[in-house]
Parts: sequence; C-alpha cells; structure tokens
Amino acid sequence: MTGRRPTAEIAAAVVLAAAAIAVLPRVLELFALINATVYASMAVLALSLGLVWGFGGILCFGQAAFFGLGGYGYAVAALNVADTTWAVPIALAVPAAAAALLGYVMFYGRISDVYMGVITLTVTLILFNFTNSTAGDQWRIGAAPLGGFNGIPSTPPLNLPGDPGNPLPPERIFAVAVVCLAACYILGKLVLRSRFGRVVVAIRENERRAELLGYDVRRYKLGIFTLGGFMGGLAGLLFANCVFVSPTMFSLFYSGQIIIWVMVGGLGTLAGPIIGAVLLQALTTWAGTLPAVNPSLILGAVLVAAVLALPKGLLPTAAAALRRLRRRDAAP
Amino acid sequence: MTALLSTEELCMYFGGVRAVDRVNLAVAEGELRCLIGPNGAGKSTFFRCLTGQYRPTAGRIRWRGRDITGADSFAIARLGIGIKTQVPSLFEGLTVVESVILAQRRRHGEADARRRAMAVLERLGIAGLAARVVAQLAHGQRQLVELAMVVAPAPDLILLDEPTAGMSVEETGRAATLIRELNRAHALVVVEHDMQFIKAIASTVTVFHQGRVLVEDSVARVLADPRVHDVYLGRSIAMPGTEGG
Amino acid sequence: MDLAVAVALQVLTGIATLLIISLGLAVIFGMMRVINLAHGEFLMLGAYAAILSARAGLNIWLAMLVVAPLAVGAIGVAVERLVIRRLYGRMLDTMLATWGLSLGFIGAVTMIFGNTVAGFSAPLGSVAIGGYRSSGYGLFLIGAACVLIAGVWAVLRFTPAGLIARGTMQNPEMAAALGVSPSRVYAIAFAVGAALSGLAGALIAPFSGVVPTMGTVYIAKAFITVITGGAAMLAGTLSASGLLGTVATLGTFATTPVLGEVAMLAVAIVLLRLLPEGITGRFFRRSL
Repeated sequence: MTGRRPTAEIAAAVVLAAAAIAVLPRVLELFALINATVYASMAVLALSLGLVWGFGGILCFGQAAFFGLGGYGYAVAALNVADTTWAVPIALAVPAAAAALLGYVMFYGRISDVYMGVITLTVTLILFNFTNSTAGDQWRIGAAPLGGFNGIPSTPPLNLPGDPGNPLPPERIFAVAVVCLAACYILGKLVLRSRFGRVVVAIRENERRAELLGYDVRRYKLGIFTLGGFMGGLAGLLFANCVFVSPTMFSLFYSGQIIIWVMVGGLGTLAGPIIGAVLLQALTTWAGTLPAVNPSLILGAVLVAAVLALPKGLLPTAAAALRRLRRRDAAP
Repeated sequence: MTALLSTEELCMYFGGVRAVDRVNLAVAEGELRCLIGPNGAGKSTFFRCLTGQYRPTAGRIRWRGRDITGADSFAIARLGIGIKTQVPSLFEGLTVVESVILAQRRRHGEADARRRAMAVLERLGIAGLAARVVAQLAHGQRQLVELAMVVAPAPDLILLDEPTAGMSVEETGRAATLIRELNRAHALVVVEHDMQFIKAIASTVTVFHQGRVLVEDSVARVLADPRVHDVYLGRSIAMPGTEGG
Repeated sequence: MDLAVAVALQVLTGIATLLIISLGLAVIFGMMRVINLAHGEFLMLGAYAAILSARAGLNIWLAMLVVAPLAVGAIGVAVERLVIRRLYGRMLDTMLATWGLSLGFIGAVTMIFGNTVAGFSAPLGSVAIGGYRSSGYGLFLIGAACVLIAGVWAVLRFTPAGLIARGTMQNPEMAAALGVSPSRVYAIAFAVGAALSGLAGALIAPFSGVVPTMGTVYIAKAFITVITGGAAMLAGTLSASGLLGTVATLGTFATTPVLGEVAMLAVAIVLLRLLPEGITGRFFRRSL
C-alpha cells in the first residue's frame, strides 16, 4: 500500500510454494501430507478473513459460513457431475453469492459493527443447525445425500479437467492447495495495490472522510466482503478434498478459530493470518491428542488472553504497530 | 442566474429541537460567503445537511437548480462539493501524498496521479510532508493536509467549518491569504467566529441565530447591526418572522 | 376450534421460549451495549446447575428456579470482575473476549462431564384441549415468561435500583456526574443478565437435553431476537419475540424446527434492512 512494489513478496510466495510442492510430498508420509493440505486450506481461510477484517475493517464473525458453503457446494456438485472440474465454479459461486447477499443487507442497511458481528455469526450458526438436521433420505440434492451430523464422507476428489476417470492422488491435491494458497496471497497483494484496495484501506482508516471525498463506501465494502466469501469458499473446497464436509465446518469452534488466527497473526497483514493459522492449527491438533485437555478450552483461553493482553485494545494496538512499521518504511 | 447552491426553507429538527429552521440561502458561482453565529446557532448542522450526513426534516437543497435533497454523501461530493471539517477528518494510517491521490478520485496512471497530488501539496506549501504518515503530523499540518484533500478533486464549492480554530494570530493571517487565494478557483462557504478574520477575507456574511438566518449583508453592515451584537452578547432578541436570503 | 386453540398455545409457547432465552442477553445488551457471546454457555451452565442439584436430591423446582440463576449469576459476577471490567468501552473486544469464554466453558464442561446428553423430563404432565393434548410444561413456560418480563419491568420502573439503571442506560456520563458509578451498575447488570440466562437454561433443559454444546442451538435465536428488538430491552425483546416466535412456530408447523429457524432469520434480515437499529430503533423508542 505504500509506494513499495510488492514484487519481492510475490516472488517469495512463488518460490516458497514451488519449494513446498517439490519437497514436502517426498519427505512427508501420506497422513502428514494430508494434514499439510488441511493446513494450507486453513491458511487460505485465515487469509480471507485477514483481507475482510484486517484491511476492510469489517468484523465478520461468520467467515466459517463461506468455508462451509464452499465445502458443501463442492461436495454436492461433485456427486452430481461426472467431471469434478465443473464442481469448482459452483463451489466458488455459492459462497461468493452468499457473501454478496449478506453484505448487501449489512452495508446498504448501514448496520453497526456490533450487529454485523452478531448477524454473520448467527447466519453461520443457523447453517450449522440446518446441516445438522439434514439426516435421512429426504435430504438430498440430486445424487448427494446431505447426511446430517455425519456430513458427506463420500465426496469424490478433484480430477484433471476433462478426465473424470482419474481422481487426483493426495500429493496432487496438496500441490493444488499450495498453488491456491500462493495464488490467494498474490491476489490479495495485487488487490491491495490496486485503486480498489487503496480505497478499501482508506475506508477502514476513516469511513466518513472517504464518503465526503465521493466514494460509495457501501460498494467497496461489499466488494471486499464478497472477495472474502469467495476465498473462504475456496478454502472449503480444498478442505472437502482432503478431509470431508460436515456441519462442524459451520461450528462456533471453527468461526472462533478463524478470528483467533487473524488476531494472533496480526491484523493488517496478509502473511500474519497465514502464520497464525498454521501455528494455532498445530496447537489445537496437539491439544486434541492430550487426553485431559479439550481443544475448545485452549482456544478460548488464547482468545481471552489475546484480548486482555493488549491493553489499548486490539485494533488500535495493531494499527499503531502498523504505523510504526510504515514510519520505518517512510523514513528516507 | 441560477445559484450554485441554494436551500429553500431548509429544516432539521432533532426531536423538539429546531437546529436548522426554514433557512433560505443562495451561494453564487465563485462567491465567498461567511456564516457566523454563536455556538449552537445551527451552522454545523446546516453544513451536515448540505453534505448529506443529515437528511433534512423538510425543505430543499439545490445544486445548480437541481434538487439534491436527501442524496447520499458520496453522490453530493461527486457533484463538486468538498468539506473541511472542524476537527480534521483524515486517513491516519496513510501518507500525505497517498491521501491526496485518493482524494483526486480519478483514474490517472500512477505517475500522473502522484504528480498532480504533489502539485496540490506544492500549492498549499506542504510538499515537504508528502511522504509522512498523517498520524504523526502536528495540528496545523493536519489542517493543511485536510485542505489539500478537499482541494484535490477541484470542487466548485468548498465548505470550511471553522478553519482558524486553534490557530495563532499569525497563522490566522496566513489562513486569510490562503482563503482568498482559494476563492479564485472555488466558491467558498466559511463558518467562522473570528471577526478580524472575517474582515480580512471581506465577504458577504450570513448570521445564524437559533437555527435561522438573522441577517445577511456585507461585513461592514453586519458588524454595525445592533441585533448581531445582541446575539453575540447573549441578549435575547425578537426573531424576525420569515427572514432569509 | 380445538385445533385453533392448540396452535395458538403452541405459538404462545414458542414466543414465551424465545422471550425466556433472550431476556438475559437483552438486559446485558440494553444496559451495556455489548452482545454477550457466551450467552449460550450461560444457558448451558444453568441447565447443568439445575440437573446436578436435582440429582443431588434437591427438589426439582428449587433446582430450576433458585439454584440455576444463583449459580450462573455468581459465574457472571466472576466473569465481570475478571474479564468484562477490563474492557469497558471496547465493545468489540468485549464481544471477542466473551466468545473466548464461550469456547472455554464448552471445553471445560466437556472435560468435566463428558460429551453426553443428560436430561430430565418435564415436571408437569399434559393438558387436554378438546381432542388435542398440550403439555402442561408449555403452559408453565408461558406463565414464567409473563412473570419474568413483568418482574424486570417492575424492578426497573418502581425500585431505586431500577431508576439508577434507567438513568445509566439513557446517559452514562450524566449518571456518573450525579454520583452513580457506571461500572457498579454494569457489574450488577451483567450479573442479573447472567442469572436470567441461567434460569432460562434450567427452564429449557427439560425439552432441550443437557449437553456442553446445547447453547449453540439456542443462541442464534436469542441473537436474532435481541438484534431485531433493538436497544430497548423489554419492549424490544417483547415485540421481537412476539413477531419472530410466531414466524418460527408457524414455520416449524409447516416444515421442520430448523426451517422454522431459517424463516425466522430471513424475516429478521429483511427487518434489519428496513430498520437497521431494530424495531425499537424506530418504534417504542422511549420505552424500557
């Protein structure tokens, strides 16, 4: 966003992604590789909220909704078409459309921050309750049973476009996930460099001023929110390809987790949420293996601690840190 | 001739409070107009109606004869109305030049946008601050940065809400020069308290009192008007029935 | 005719349930402008408090109506002291912190009591209306909702504490200038809200089942009700429960409970597009 060209970061992202694709499948066992794919999808999810919250200043408590919609969109479409390539556009369009619709109501209704947080969370919870209640044969979309609490374990993975007989093996799925993560990071960088992205950041800095300068704030917020929904959906699609979709994707645990990744990783950065996602995912996975401790407890403790440990408030502290960083950049 | 901006019987009520009450005001192309009046006279509320931050309770606002009452803030800004608020409203995390580039609101190429922005900063004498982050600036500098952002899209009309608030005598003098210089390119409506300043920029003055227009005349005549003195000294005066421009 | 009465009773029960599960949240939101994201877990803790003390041999009514609100009220005091108090004036951070508490409570209760459903049956039998049977407990809930809302109203309207609460709600700075400590008022409001939530949890326990995650099922409805209602805690909760409870119950009749909830959300979203500050942002503005 400053005059600095993001070329270096983009190059770094490409190199890291290429290295991960070349090395990890050789050194990791299958189970660990699938886990790495899960981490990559989580990172995409964190990135999506990082854009919406960290740069758009929109506090979305329900990013998990788009994650779940992307996952369910893919699973349902993939079970209905022979060539799973066609499931991809559907899986991305559903969450993006949902984000656009929800964003329209919120931004054009000029709903306050508190309400926005609660509404996004509520939508997610209702999707959770809804998918949980879809057990039984009457709940199917075409050839896809929704499966209630159990989700859809039988989702076919991606295949090469035009080659439905050949589903991709896990190492290829891993490569796809890493490419998607790098692509989302680069897309984020480019968007933030663009005129659109600069206006989005300006709105976060001072919404009223942006409006008095002639920018239709609602449209820009809707734009970044929809982009976030799209990326969240992509994360869900990747998740559906390495685990399977179930109502858990919409759960309070997941929604909270995304918020924590971004908060711990750092608001107003793109790399931060990715790092936060990987670190905390590792922490909760490890906590899940302990017999006596519940991962929810750990996550909740981290969230309360993160909020309390920053005495000036999370957002101002992050903004101040950002400004210090900029000052260093701006110094001759 | 059609006025640049005019209001017809403009009203803004908050519950039972008539903050703006049947105000008729017309600003001509290229004019420099001062609004004065004691605190609570309704000047700032009137500005907020003009910029679309408040939706007036009744009455009309026209821009070159076209009805713009109740339009959104951003749409009004696009017509060519800029506002400098009393407490500068800025993009704290951006640099000065970035702020001005955003304020231009046009799709220039990167280099072109930067050059134009620098020209604006040059004109206001703050080109040296271009790379500084807004949050680090001193009060006077912030005022100028906001002015640069307001001037950048070349609006036809600029609303200035108390531009000399918190300024020293010397700074006020410079501000008067700056305002006269701005007036060559833009029509201006200035809310002010400082009578010396108003004399210095010498314009038509509209006096607000209790949400209404009390007098509208040249500086000299307004300053000689006993009613204006009464208002500023806090004496209650009989409001004229339907006064207005 | 009998059918009409039975349906009307169902709708009333739906409204009453919504009102009961939302009131604690509404009190905290109305007083502090904060949405307590741990509300669902306060419900859950109330249900556990009731079921544990009933198992310990306490009379079921005492367990539900006395122990549950006291226990969760005490937890509310602790939460307010340890967390909320440090975040006054930072609404979004308060929401995030209460979310952390929500996850923490779910985790802690799962660790202690396991992830299994416990339950107790509704203490009242059923009532016959012509050819239809209606549960006596449903009627009890309708009564309970009336008593609760009248009680909160009476406290706010007629007691000195209620006057202070109303003053702080209208204008915290002014109340502070008059010597009322807003932080004390907020502490009490949070504790009262928590106690009401605990009571609500105990009241719904007979038909919801008691699990660590039971809050999840109800908070969506409670959030929608409070947001649709807007800032006036009683008028808002009452009007929103009336409207949304009707929609949800009729939707449930026509389809399934979850689709009833979806219909309720749809109505709420349309309403919010029209009234961004909730029903009481436009109507009944001056009410409690």
